[in-house]
Amino acid sequence: MVVRPEIEREFETQDLLLNVGPQHPSTHGVFRMVMEIDGELVKDVVPYIGYLHRGAEKLCETMDYRQGIGFMDRTEYLAAFNAELSYVMAVEELAGLEVPDRAQWLRMILCEMNRIASHLMFMGAFGIDVGVFGTPFIYAWREREAIFDLFEEVSGDRMMYAYFRPGGLAWEVPVNFTERVREVLKAVNQGIKDFDGLLTENEVFIARTRGVGAISAADAIDFGMSGPSLRASGVPLDIRRTEPYLKYAEVDFDVVVGQNGDVYDRYLCRLQELRESVRIVEQCLEKLPDGPIMPEKMPRMLRTPPGEVYIRTEAPRGEYGIYLVSEGGNRPYRLKVRSACLSNLQALKHMSVGQYVADAIIVLGSIDIVLSEVDR
Amino acid sequence: MKGLAKSLMTTLSVFARKPVTRDYPNYHKPIPERDRAFPLLLWDFEIDEPFCTGCHACERACPVECMTVLMKDNPNHRSQGGDSSRRKIIDKFWIDYARCMRCNICVEVCNFDAIAMNNTWQGHELSVHDRSDLVMDLPQLLAQSKTGNLKEWVAD
Ligand code: SF4
Ligand code: SF4
Repeated sequence: MVVRPEIEREFETQDLLLNVGPQHPSTHGVFRMVMEIDGELVKDVVPYIGYLHRGAEKLCETMDYRQGIGFMDRTEYLAAFNAELSYVMAVEELAGLEVPDRAQWLRMILCEMNRIASHLMFMGAFGIDVGVFGTPFIYAWREREAIFDLFEEVSGDRMMYAYFRPGGLAWEVPVNFTERVREVLKAVNQGIKDFDGLLTENEVFIARTRGVGAISAADAIDFGMSGPSLRASGVPLDIRRTEPYLKYAEVDFDVVVGQNGDVYDRYLCRLQELRESVRIVEQCLEKLPDGPIMPEKMPRMLRTPPGEVYIRTEAPRGEYGIYLVSEGGNRPYRLKVRSACLSNLQALKHMSVGQYVADAIIVLGSIDIVLSEVDR
Repeated sequence: MKGLAKSLMTTLSVFARKPVTRDYPNYHKPIPERDRAFPLLLWDFEIDEPFCTGCHACERACPVECMTVLMKDNPNHRSQGGDSSRRKIIDKFWIDYARCMRCNICVEVCNFDAIAMNNTWQGHELSVHDRSDLVMDLPQLLAQSKTGNLKEWVAD
């Protein structure tokens, strides 16, 4: 019997380029990334954006201030109230308009409700990303539907509200508004409980998310992240707290922070933020004053003096800023949207290199991108 | 295991709740009167003509330029022996529903309350085979107001 020597041969290996998107169910819209993978491990991620670019900023420069509102809705369709808010606040700042108290409180209620709707959307989509098909999505949809019904009664539309105006609101809310909001909040509370029960302590969910895609606070700040994705890394930066706008200084809420900055913490932060939002809305309802919703004297065509202004607000996904330059007249000279998603997306590569392919998908899901906001 | 059990309990507890699904094509949920589907022209029943004078205000204010307005002299004006006080009246009117972004601006700028957002289900169920079928002309824009099934709602 001949003992053959152990065959030692070096196989040539090659990394595989894997294209994901732009039309892929787990990229949350039309996002494309090319991953370089070594076996199951991600070695590099190259994101491609721009599939949803509609030139909203440029379009707004050809429109007067009121006409621009509709385009702002469409830059951030999951939280259109928040997007409108930044825009109208920038115009108000330039034009020197004083917004009546009632309008400010109502705006706050609507924006917080919109944050709830948006975070619920995240919960549902994220649930699907980690592999629980259907259940979380349907739970999220159930509560979101209640919120959208409310928005429809208030503004007339379910997603593209066009309801905030420079100076205040387009029209008064319905007479039973406060009762309706309370009703919806009850449903939302139930929804939060459901998510808490369904996912938070679920061992499978934890095994899938804890320690995945972690980013340190310093790195997150360097990438310019904001919103819950940043707070999950332990940075207590919330524009509602640091630079209170509307009436946020008068309500009591906690800034939720995580510890590890991993996918699980980002989920937990958003879940806790849902509760905080409910708290804020409840306080707003208590304090909602009567009064006008528009300033006394509004010109038929709003004109602003020359100047520039940068306004930022805390949208569900982070800092949504509007940089507005006016040269006088009724339209912006330059409008720039600072999108939270775009900055958060920068960290994608940092977070997913070294992870498994399947985890790269949930890392992408966990930063909760809306492609319309990334591309504008 | 405890977490999993809790998770399953959550799903189980939902069985006891009432279903929230709406059986859509068979059931239409009532929609609020400020619902905004697509803009429509209104019909003045007193004089039997449209309210619209063809003043172009909405056409100029529309952000997406989806309207086309042509006006004409009103044959029914008092000076012609008619009983209308509108000297000019709408001749042709098109709105491209495929382009309209339902922003409500046309309604706000109209000085004659001649245009309103459709707040019925007919305004939402507009599927057609060809995009050009979504360009509505004057008779189509007036048809629904003539039947009188629009709900009253004027934004103040
Ligand atoms: S709908 Fe009103 S604004 Fe438009 S053309 Fe007619 S009258 Fe003028
Ligand atoms: S609703 Fe807006 S987009 Fe549609 S026709 Fe009126 S002004 Fe134009």
